[in-house]
Amino acid sequence: MKWVMIGIIVASTTVGEILQAMGMRRHGEIRDFRPGAIGRALTLLARNKFVIGSVLMMAISFFAYMGLLTVSELSFAVPATAITYVLETVLAKYLLKEQVNWLRWAGASLVICGVALVSL
Amino acid sequence: MSSEAARLRVKSWLCAVLVVLSNVFGNFAMKRGMPAQLESPLAYITTLFQPWVALGVALLILWMMSRMALLSWADLSYVLPVTSIGYVLVAICGKFLLHEQITTRRWVGIGLIMLGVMLVGGGTPQTGLSRTAEPKA
Repeated sequence: MKWVMIGIIVASTTVGEILQAMGMRRHGEIRDFRPGAIGRALTLLARNKFVIGSVLMMAISFFAYMGLLTVSELSFAVPATAITYVLETVLAKYLLKEQVNWLRWAGASLVICGVALVSL
Repeated sequence: MSSEAARLRVKSWLCAVLVVLSNVFGNFAMKRGMPAQLESPLAYITTLFQPWVALGVALLILWMMSRMALLSWADLSYVLPVTSIGYVLVAICGKFLLHEQITTRRWVGIGLIMLGVMLVGGGTPQTGLSRTAEPKA
């Protein structure tokens, strides 16, 4: 049961956050933070297929996470989110075609080691 | 170039602070309000109206919106490590709000995360090529 939940959370979070990054890149830089402009940006985003997909995926991940929190302790739930971290960094390079320079690889590796130490 | 880079960096830091704080406090509130058991599918819905859980959900909505804003100009491979400072804050929250013990191993982990965040956060949030090469809308 625990592992089914973790599988659902990892898969839906990874897909959801990659879709979110794709959708927001397509939208372009948000420069205006006045309430009206944010409202306009939100109505635009509500029609962005990538953003809609990401919200659906995150909802699945959210309810699975709620379920997981009841059957396992937090120190087990947190490492599950760390797996998505590794997957997403790799996908950022190969799927989103980001230029991951050595500074970012070094930083990401340090963070992954740190998360493992903190949460395992 | 350098003033544009500086503008994006400051903007990214401010937005990252909002992303991290809403996530940390959102999760904290969720955990406080979560019951020991969720028996039926209906319990998932009714729990959402429990005050702590509702506050948590509101903060997590703010988290998602601020993260979307940050991703509108910053790379995912920048956002991931920089916002991971949240793991550190959660551990520190646990120590001071819930009186949990932080072992030596955890402190070492916290140090590594902070080092990684500083490495990536000091760089540019946007690698030009990845964004100019996306006209297929």
